[in-house]
Amino acid sequence: MAEVKTLDCSGMLCPMPVVKTRKALKAMEIGDVLEMLSTDPGSMPDMHAWAKQTGHELIEAKDEGDNVFRFTIKKTH
Amino acid sequence: MAEKKKRLALVATKGTLDWAYPPFILASAAAAMDWEVGVFFTFYGLPLLNKEIDAKVSPLGNPAMPMKMPFGSEGFQNINWPMPNALMANIPGFEGMATGLMKKMFKNKGVATIEELREACVDMDVRLIGCQMTMDVFGFSKEDFIPEAEIAGAAAFLAYAAEAEVNMFV
Repeated sequence: MAEVKTLDCSGMLCPMPVVKTRKALKAMEIGDVLEMLSTDPGSMPDMHAWAKQTGHELIEAKDEGDNVFRFTIKKTH
Repeated sequence: MAEKKKRLALVATKGTLDWAYPPFILASAAAAMDWEVGVFFTFYGLPLLNKEIDAKVSPLGNPAMPMKMPFGSEGFQNINWPMPNALMANIPGFEGMATGLMKKMFKNKGVATIEELREACVDMDVRLIGCQMTMDVFGFSKEDFIPEAEIAGAAAFLAYAAEAEVNMFV
C-alpha cells in the first residue's frame, strides 16, 4: 500500500524546497506519494525542472493563489 | 538508476557573506536533483570551509548592493538607502552593521543560512574541495576545516571538471 506523506516548505526560499523534497523522498519507498506545500513562486519552475532531472513523477503542480503552491510527487525509483 | 549522473563543477573564489551564497545554493540545488557536485574553494573562497564561517558583507565599493532595513513598515523596508563610499569608509563598524542587516533581512525572507546550506551539501555528498596552494599561501591547515573537506590542486579539480556537464566560476 503506497503511503502519502506531507512536507510543508512554507516560508522557505530557493533552494530549500527542492532540498527538503529530495530529503523527504529519500526516506520513502518507491510508489509512495509526497505532498509538498510551498509559498515560494520560484518553486513552480524549480519543481518542474527537479522532476525532469530526477525522473520522479510530478503528478500535480497547483497554484492555489495567494502564493500557495501545492505539489504532488510520486517516488519512481 | 543505471544511467550516468550529471555533474556540476563549481569554483568558489569569494568569501563575503553575499558571495558565499551562490556556490552553496547552486551546489545544494544540483545535489537535490541527484547530480554529482564538486566545489573547489580557492583564494578568498577557502574560509568557507572553516568549521566556523565568519563571512561578512561590505557595501563599500559595491554600488549595486541595495541597503535596506529589515524592520519597519513595508514601505520603509523597500527604501534603498543611498550610502556614498566616502560616508561608509568613515563610519566605524559599518561593515558589521551591514552584515547584521543582511543576515536579518535574509532570515526574515526565509533564506537559509550559509551554515544550513553547507550542511545540506554535506548531507547530499557534495564534494567540498579546498585548494592546496591557497592553504599554503594563506596558512590554512586541514584541521581548520570541516572534516568532510577534501584537499586537492588545480590539476585534480580540472580532471574532475572535464567530466562535468556544467562548470561555473563564482
